[in-house]
Amino acid sequence: MLDRFNIVNRLSPDRDLILTTVDTAVNLARANSLWYLLMGLACCSIELMQTGGPRADIDRFGSLFRATPRQSDLMIVAGTVTLKMAPRLRRLYDQMAEPKYVIAMGSCANCGGPFDLSYSVVRGIDKIIPVDVYLPGCPPRPEALTEALIKVQEKIKKERFFLKQEASQQRKTEQEKRGKDGSGIPFQGSSRY
Amino acid sequence: MELHNFITLIQERLAGKVLSVAEMKNDDVMITTDREHFAEVVAILKNNSSFRFSTLMNQSGADYTDTLAVMVNLYSGFLRRKVTVKAFLQRENPEIDSLVPLFRGIDWYERETFDMFGIRFLGHPNLKRLLLPDDWEGYPLRKDYVYPHSYNGMETGRADLLDVDAAGEAHV
Repeated sequence: MLDRFNIVNRLSPDRDLILTTVDTAVNLARANSLWYLLMGLACCSIELMQTGGPRADIDRFGSLFRATPRQSDLMIVAGTVTLKMAPRLRRLYDQMAEPKYVIAMGSCANCGGPFDLSYSVVRGIDKIIPVDVYLPGCPPRPEALTEALIKVQEKIKKERFFLKQEASQQRKTEQEKRGKDGSGIPFQGSSRY
Repeated sequence: MELHNFITLIQERLAGKVLSVAEMKNDDVMITTDREHFAEVVAILKNNSSFRFSTLMNQSGADYTDTLAVMVNLYSGFLRRKVTVKAFLQRENPEIDSLVPLFRGIDWYERETFDMFGIRFLGHPNLKRLLLPDDWEGYPLRKDYVYPHSYNGMETGRADLLDVDAAGEAHV
C-alpha cells in the first residue's frame, strides 16, 4: 500500500511516522473524494444509479453524487446528448470548479452511438467538452463504470502541482500542444444560454 | 352496429363533407376529407348523439412526397368503434384548422406535428416547436429534409475511422 501511493516510510517500523511529498498527499485526498455531477440524460443513467447503489457501491472509492456543478469534481455524462442539450451541458461543465474531469459513459456520449444517422444528436461529447475517459458499452455495466472511475483516479494520482520552474514550463508547453490537437475544443455555441 | 351500417350512417350524416369512407383491415374506418371540412367533420363525430367519438386516441402527420396529410384517431365508447379522419394538404402552404377547441389535450400533439412536418394549425393557442430547439431550420420528418452539417457551430458529422485514405487520414 505504501508503495502504491508513493509514500516512503523512512523510519524504523516501530515509529508511527511516514514521509511523502505534498503532491502525493494532495492527490491521494483528491482521488478518493471524487464527487460526480448527476448528468443522467438517457438509459445509461439507470446503470449510473446502479453503480451508486449498494451492489457496485461507488461510495467505496469516496465517490458520491452531487446535484450541483459547484460541488462536483467529475462529470459522468451518462446518455445521449442532443444538439438542444449541448449548450446546457457546456454551461454545466463551465460552472464546475477546476480541476475537473469528464467520463463519457456509453456509446452515445462517445460518438453518437446508435443515433449516428440521426439529425439531432451530438456525435460524441468531445465535440463540446474535453473528455478524460471514454467508456464503451450500450450501456456499460456498473463494473465498467467503476473501472472508468479508477482510471480517473490513476490519472489524478499522476498529476503534479508543486513543480520546479523547468518542469512547470514543460507542463505548460504540453498543455498548449494538447489544446491545438483538439482536446480543449472552444465552444462556439449561441450566447443565449 | 354492423360495419356496413356504420359506414352508411357516416355517409348519410357527413354527406358533402367527406371525400371517401373506406373500411380498413383492422375493422377500423378511414374517413378522408379536405382541409376546409376537417374540423367540422371531427366536431360532428364528437358531438352527434349517434356517434359520440369523444375520445382522442392519437394525432399525426404524414408526408406523401406530393402532399402532406394530417390524421386523427378517435374512439367511441358508445359505438365501441374507432375511426381515422384524414385530410390532405398542399405541400406549399400546409395549413389546417386546429382541433384544440374540440380536444384540449391535442395541444402538444399538434405542436409535435408542426415541429416535424411544418404543418400550421390555425387557431392553436401556442404553436411553437415542441422537441427541437426554437432556432432549428427545416422539418425533419419531411421526405425532402436535408440533414444539417452543423448547428450553432457544432458539427453533426463524425469521421468514419475505417474510411481512411493512403496517408491514413479519416474523412467526414
